[in-house]
Amino acid sequence: MDTLPLLANGFSVAFQPLNLFLVFIGALVGTLIGVLPGIGPISGVALLVPLTFALRLPPESAIILLAGIYYGAMYGGSTTSILLNIPGETSSVVTTLDGHQLARQGRAGPALAVAAWGSFIAGTLSVLGLMLLGPLLAQWAIRFGPAEYFALMVFGFSTLSALAGKNMAKALVATLFGLMLATVGLDPQSNVARYTFGQLKLYDGMDFLVVAIGLFAVSEVLMLLEEKASGATKAAVGRVYLSLKEFLFSLGAIFRGGILGFLIGVLPGAGASIASFVSYTVEKRFHGPRGRFGQGDLRGVAAPESANNAAAGGAMIPLLTLGLPGSGTTAIMLGALSSLGVNPGPQMFQQHPQVVWGLIASMYVGNAMLLVLNLPLVGLFVRLLSVPRWFLLPAVLAVSFIGVYAVNNSPFDLLLMTLFGLVGYLMRKLDFPLAPVLLGLVLGNLMEINLRRALAISNGDWGVLFSGPIAITLWALAVLSLASPWVLSRFAKRGSLDDAEV
Amino acid sequence: MKRNTWLVLVISAWISSLAFAFTPKNPECIAPAGAGGGWDFTCRSVGQLLFELKLVPQQIKVTNMTGGGGGVAFAHVVAQRNEDANLIIAASPATTLRLAQGQFSRFSENDVRWLGAVAADFGVIAVKADSPYKTLGDLMAAWKADPSKIAVGGGSAVGGQDHMKVLLLAKAAGIDPRQVKYVPFDGGGQAITSLLGGFIQVFPGDASEVRAQFEAGTVRVLAVLASKRLPAPYASISTAKELGYNVEWIVWRGFYVPKGMPIEAYEYWSNALKKLGQSSQWAKIRQDNSLGEFFMAGAPFQVFIARQVSAFRNLSKELGLIK
Repeated sequence: MDTLPLLANGFSVAFQPLNLFLVFIGALVGTLIGVLPGIGPISGVALLVPLTFALRLPPESAIILLAGIYYGAMYGGSTTSILLNIPGETSSVVTTLDGHQLARQGRAGPALAVAAWGSFIAGTLSVLGLMLLGPLLAQWAIRFGPAEYFALMVFGFSTLSALAGKNMAKALVATLFGLMLATVGLDPQSNVARYTFGQLKLYDGMDFLVVAIGLFAVSEVLMLLEEKASGATKAAVGRVYLSLKEFLFSLGAIFRGGILGFLIGVLPGAGASIASFVSYTVEKRFHGPRGRFGQGDLRGVAAPESANNAAAGGAMIPLLTLGLPGSGTTAIMLGALSSLGVNPGPQMFQQHPQVVWGLIASMYVGNAMLLVLNLPLVGLFVRLLSVPRWFLLPAVLAVSFIGVYAVNNSPFDLLLMTLFGLVGYLMRKLDFPLAPVLLGLVLGNLMEINLRRALAISNGDWGVLFSGPIAITLWALAVLSLASPWVLSRFAKRGSLDDAEV
Repeated sequence: MKRNTWLVLVISAWISSLAFAFTPKNPECIAPAGAGGGWDFTCRSVGQLLFELKLVPQQIKVTNMTGGGGGVAFAHVVAQRNEDANLIIAASPATTLRLAQGQFSRFSENDVRWLGAVAADFGVIAVKADSPYKTLGDLMAAWKADPSKIAVGGGSAVGGQDHMKVLLLAKAAGIDPRQVKYVPFDGGGQAITSLLGGFIQVFPGDASEVRAQFEAGTVRVLAVLASKRLPAPYASISTAKELGYNVEWIVWRGFYVPKGMPIEAYEYWSNALKKLGQSSQWAKIRQDNSLGEFFMAGAPFQVFIARQVSAFRNLSKELGLIK
């Protein structure tokens, strides 16, 4: 394929003043949506779809705006994770683990900067991948059946021990709690409502964002109340830039996270959250006991933040090459495109080259723009740390309550969030890790439904789970991931202080 | 004589004042699901066009109220907005099907008033392009021979629309509906992906969902579940009825309103829908979104819904989906 002239043509679309302006607006609004907990990329894009109609934008401009928001949201998600220990998006939950530790050590600046650089590098990589390998990878996405998804989820669960912290038993309890939450709602396989207590509002199950904000943000405020009563410690602001040494230190994690995130992002239904969980673990495993993961390792921010941005790029592949949405956000883009008279599908590259290539070119532009936009913001955001936490945290919480309410119009969600806040507070007091709850909630649903799909198709033959090279590879990776800490601890006793000074 | 004339004038003035008495204030459309879905589209496209055609004096505000497959919005309307004259709520067969299966807790189709439908999508039976089933007859013969060999994957839950389509087809062909192997996916997109991957053999989706794949030649459509043939690109595809299976699936897009809405307000809204339905602008929006022609409003629509719900209820009982 003569990619270059097509791409050049795409850039001529992307550099039209209107489109350039829309990329900028998209990136800016997206960053804001990302920063604010409570409004995720899905609702952010959905809320702005009507605007693209109202402005009567041509299809290429509309998709450029929506993609800009999608990307921007992925960039911004890390901010509150790092500064406040409140995940801005579902895909930034893991970022809290090391990100917030770094902030407590006065290294919020480098953490935010590494998230921005990682997002930029991984985002650009994923656009390159989309351009060069798109159709090829679309075929790999199709080869992923229910059995493969199930194996992928098992691999996802093998990451648990990486999130566990000190006490494995407590992490298991937390995961089980997450799995229990995942069973709430209408079971699609039998059409039976489970654990809904006759509440129609529970039929759709537990909204991830509601649980995440409750567990992390509400409980953080409760903890603050207590600290305030007993004399609080204030986080240091520290330096706002990333040193070259730190950049090089994280570069490997950025590339590994980016590639993994991209591949997982291509799979319809897997998405950025799983990509971030998996890339964090892989990174932790890769370094073994030499890393300082969980206590503030820059790579623990770089890997998941690169992965979730690359996943956003990967998710565009099934959309553009097959006309099938790979994630909730791209599903909404699909709807928007078809309303604008562009039917996304296998023929889109031929029928609407200005849309496809204009979008791809704008993704390069958007990534660069986001970096330029976000690096100076690091200085601003870090200064937020000098705002007293008794003011900042409740303010952020208020914004996330408004965000959640604005999206679903459901006061019930707010009650649920508060309830999970209390649960989160108790868990913190008893030293239970919070991230495994969310791991259980995200993976539990997908794991159950894909297992049952696989068995329904095979007429109950369990062998289907181990058939095919992709499934077997994933099982092997899961076993490796479980065994590696044990193996590594036997071999890698040497120099646990190697990386400590960076 | 003179007196009578006066009386007629007064009465007709009173009647016309009744007919024009109502104008909505701060009109609202509830989409009972998140932004970006079908109900959201119904609210936004109809709301926007009603305003553009000056059929309503103000922009219609769209509220997304997710939960319970539309049940949360339904309960909200019945319990809290029963008298509201300025409210319309988006609906489709997903609404009537859930009502029929008793999934909106204690509420029934009689707790609201049905306003009208403005467009429809139609069910299709699709297989992969290289599938051994070249015709609906091929598929039905193989299916009848061994139902456990054919995995049907749809974008809705068990008992949902895609499932009902194949159950109806199985019933029409004399296959025991309980033998039908149905695998639910999270939306039509995922089901099509699984069809292309060869994990499922049949996708009973909607015409708009498979259009891009059909035009690209990656899926084959064996039949459309409409009363007559659909326009291009489906013009060459037979209806199931032509092929000897009397199955139709009309995915109408429409509205219900609160039951306690004053009669003049109900008349106002159904007239507005009628005018919208006749406009060329609406025809264009329909076509841009791959939706077919289907219009009904007022009393005929209420009858249509009553029949549909009771048909769904009987069918669900017969198929063992409800007791």
